[in-house]
Amino acid sequence: MELFKIEKLIEKYLNAETTLQEEDILKKYFSQDEIPSHLISYKYLFNYYSNSKLEEVNKTITLPNKRINLRWLSIAAAFVLMVSIYSIHQNNIREKEEARLAFMETQKALNLISYNLNKGNKAVAQLKTFENTQNKIFRNNK
Amino acid sequence: MNQSEFLEIVLPFKDKVYRLAKRLLVSKDEAEDATQELYFKLWKNKSKIESYDNVEAYAMRMTKNYCLDQLKSKRASNLTLIHSNYKDESASLQKTIEYNDSANIIKKMIDDLPEKQKMIVQLRDIENYEYQEIGKIMNMEPTAIRVALSRARKTLRDNFIKKQNYGIV
Repeated sequence: MELFKIEKLIEKYLNAETTLQEEDILKKYFSQDEIPSHLISYKYLFNYYSNSKLEEVNKTITLPNKRINLRWLSIAAAFVLMVSIYSIHQNNIREKEEARLAFMETQKALNLISYNLNKGNKAVAQLKTFENTQNKIFRNNK
Repeated sequence: MNQSEFLEIVLPFKDKVYRLAKRLLVSKDEAEDATQELYFKLWKNKSKIESYDNVEAYAMRMTKNYCLDQLKSKRASNLTLIHSNYKDESASLQKTIEYNDSANIIKKMIDDLPEKQKMIVQLRDIENYEYQEIGKIMNMEPTAIRVALSRARKTLRDNFIKKQNYGIV
């Protein structure tokens, strides 16, 4: 490309009026070895820009592993808590029921014992009247 | 959207994200961390990504904002160091040696530009974005971008020629 065209483009470039295509023309022009001495500083600048674009990030980018959603985690925790409270409560009711049954059984057994004891007492009371009568008879005979 | 679909959309511009981060944060390690951080953020916002027509511009804008925030907090925490008047002679010597080559001189000159101009040079002269896209990334009017870019290009040229005349290059 003729020199005056390049100089015109540079003028436009400095005023920030060039398009990307025109800037590409400049970049290509300044990438050649033979540059008129009064334009040599542009060669350094454009070379710097071209080279800068080659720099790449060396570190590999990592993303967080699928994080467990905190909301779901808290819902699950609340659920577990509720189930365990419920089961403890249920356990308590069952124990109370068992205790009540055992109490009733014992009461029944005690009732049975007292009933039979009373039966014995009655029999003994009968014996007593029998003995009293016998004593009367024996005393009269003396 | 699953991970592989997500990566297919966002990985093609990872180097651009990294280069913009490096332009702003300077250090390679910090730029890498920023890139990683940005992809975490994008992944978190993946539901939004589908609704954006230009995911790349959106990602670049996030990169810009994240890096500027980083710089702000870094400056805040660096205040103590500045006050201690600490100066390392060997480090500054090392720097002068490093800058004795054109690429480093240009890099240093871009570093010295105001932040806005620095980013616009990065986006236009290095990444070759259209003005409309740069407008989306920078949240600026295209005309304002042209004004800033023109100023930056002229500054860079003038300063470079000055250095050449001093015979540094």
